[in-house]
Amino acid sequence: MPTAPAVFDEMGWPDQIRAPYALVDAWLKSIPAEQLALKRREAEVLFRRIGITFAVYTEGGDPERLIPFDLIPRVMAQAEWQSLSKGLEQRTRALNAFIHDVYHDAEIVKAGRMPERLVFNNSEFRAEMVGQDLPHNVYSHIAGIDMVRTGPDEYYVLEDNCRTPSGVSYMVENREVMMRLFPDLFRKAGVAPVAHYGDSLLQTLRSVAPPNCEGEPTVVLLTPGMHNSAYYEHAFLADEMGIDLVEGADLLVKNEICYMRGTDGLTRVDVIYRRIDDDYLDPLVFKPESMLGAPGLHFASRAGNLTLTNAIGAGIADDKAVYIHVPEMIRFYLGEEPLLQNVPTHDCSNPEDLAYTLAHINELVVKAVHGSGGYGMLVGPHASRQETEDFVAQLKARPSDYISQPTLALSTVPTFVESGVAPRHVDLRPFVLSGEEIRIVPGGLTRVALREGSLVVNSSQGGGTKDTWVLER
Amino acid sequence: MLARTASNLFWLARYMERADYIARLLQVAGRMSAVRVDDAEDNSEWESAIVAAGCDETFYEKHEVANSETVISYLTFDRDNPSSICNCIETSRRNARAVRTALTSDMWEAVNSSWLELREFETAEPMSEDRLTEFLDWVKSRTSLVHGVYANTMLRRDGFHFTRIGQFLERADNTARLLDVKYHVRLPSAQDVGGVVDYYQWLAILRVVGARRAYRVLFKGQVEPSQVAELLILRPEFPRSLVFCFEQITLNLDAIVAHDPKLSSESKRIAHSQYAGLRFGRIEQIIEQGLHEYLSELIEGCEHLGAEISNGHLF
Repeated sequence: MPTAPAVFDEMGWPDQIRAPYALVDAWLKSIPAEQLALKRREAEVLFRRIGITFAVYTEGGDPERLIPFDLIPRVMAQAEWQSLSKGLEQRTRALNAFIHDVYHDAEIVKAGRMPERLVFNNSEFRAEMVGQDLPHNVYSHIAGIDMVRTGPDEYYVLEDNCRTPSGVSYMVENREVMMRLFPDLFRKAGVAPVAHYGDSLLQTLRSVAPPNCEGEPTVVLLTPGMHNSAYYEHAFLADEMGIDLVEGADLLVKNEICYMRGTDGLTRVDVIYRRIDDDYLDPLVFKPESMLGAPGLHFASRAGNLTLTNAIGAGIADDKAVYIHVPEMIRFYLGEEPLLQNVPTHDCSNPEDLAYTLAHINELVVKAVHGSGGYGMLVGPHASRQETEDFVAQLKARPSDYISQPTLALSTVPTFVESGVAPRHVDLRPFVLSGEEIRIVPGGLTRVALREGSLVVNSSQGGGTKDTWVLER
Repeated sequence: MLARTASNLFWLARYMERADYIARLLQVAGRMSAVRVDDAEDNSEWESAIVAAGCDETFYEKHEVANSETVISYLTFDRDNPSSICNCIETSRRNARAVRTALTSDMWEAVNSSWLELREFETAEPMSEDRLTEFLDWVKSRTSLVHGVYANTMLRRDGFHFTRIGQFLERADNTARLLDVKYHVRLPSAQDVGGVVDYYQWLAILRVVGARRAYRVLFKGQVEPSQVAELLILRPEFPRSLVFCFEQITLNLDAIVAHDPKLSSESKRIAHSQYAGLRFGRIEQIIEQGLHEYLSELIEGCEHLGAEISNGHLF
């Protein structure tokens, strides 16, 4: 195994505590171990009782599992967050401009700044969307930008999630639980609140009401149903916004107008926050056998009677091959230099990049272009010989389905583990809301890889979460 | 409100009510078999419990005899029995989970924590008697909690009305079945009608619905079959009587904003005519006409009403 590069611990634990963590450090040192153990159990009971669970598809056992929650918060100073959030705003504006362009004149392709095949041969390209205008030209209303940190001032965007990013309920509920467990700590800390996420989301969704909407728009959240792994989040968000949580069967489209079926008749629906993939959204346009969506949603949207958020086809902006070109998008559409860096990435569809990837396979992270959730990915330094061989075979068979990146030394934050407190790698998913304006709730979801040395933070792969603090001062 | 939401609330309440009823039935059957030492082979309490639970058809597909062991296992943790307590609570919770946004958070926590605690009672071996008692008490307290929490936290809008209707339609059905059990129970011999066994069976019925004291207050004397029937069918003061249940059903049906008055009028018609019959009925007449026939009709009426409510409100 190659020697591990120096890892940046965000707290400076154990003996070089960085300023933003001073209070957390003092708190950790003062609180007796038994009391912490008690609080950890209490947290678990709270999560169970509230029902904050998620389903894991591939394993047996309890179908409703908890994502492990770690009590030690992840802390960012106000200045750190300010620069990050400016970068997030810039990036999201460019991503939306790109999606709009792709479904209109494709100027970026014409200008030779983006390879044509990445757009028009992309399985996420939705020809149905060509020429369709959307309120404020926004396609990805809710975007989750995955960030990692490698040093005090070094951040990288790992990937953009422009379709239906999840996890925001954990951001809000983690805070809720922390505040219930440690009210004293919060009184001293001055942490920027996150509880208004639901309000911001509703404002965003209302601001993109379709042109033919009269009066106050009716907004609903469309869920695939309670067997979906993120069902808790769907219910949570609908609740936070005070809107109806609907399933496909509750909706119907008549004369290109969308309605929901109630005990008191049909109510017109103006904006749908859909948590269903494009493929299942409208059986008239996509998978005809889908029972999850409702026939005609796309046509209602085209007729200006309905806004679907996120828009159909927004996924064109978030595959891992397009990712390589996001900095270029920022320059092209905004005429600005990117504030956030990309991870240097090799596109294996290029022969040189493929050759480089194969030669350095033990040092690189290789990812499927369309994979997500930590599936279809090889972490070279940590993979067994067999895993590597299997992966290389797939990579050689379809090189254009893969990209590779250096294995970053992700920052760590101290975390409770069996043996006590130890550093564990983290990432950050802030949620960017785009409508009439851009809104970002301070912080985001911090995911932590609970296994020692592991870099995979996905909840489906044994990751946990932490409360994320942005200090007000 | 969303029709699906209304349907989920309706069933959430129905299944909680059923869990409560099944727990009460089991408690009383257990008690009756405990006080009788004369005949160990006699399983009539357990047979009638199965009938009163409305499970007699499916039960005998699985078990040959109804005795303490088979009935308790079938009515508590048998996954094949949709009306077993564990399935009632699970179904109730599944309905709750499907409409989380329509529930108050207290309501969700009450249902969800019941479901979480339920698992702690489930064991591979048959339940010991002590454990069973504890379990049934637990069921009763959980269902009371759920009913209390919804009554105290839900907005008085359609969601509440559908919840209420679910609870009281189920209760009406249960009360009718319970009373009808006397028709199915074989007494040791014909002379026993009006005898000691008969007396204890009527007393047991009162215990199931927790009406021993109510009976004493209202009738003051010995337990008389016709008065038990009167209490359970016609007395508006008693919250498990059929007339009380139908009062609740009509009240809440009338409060619901119907999108299609014609479609929903059938359920109202059925409920109101049933209620009128109960309000102005006399027990002598009912008994003369035949209690069993009367109750059978009522049970059918409940079923019909349930179907019409789904119809009329687009479930």
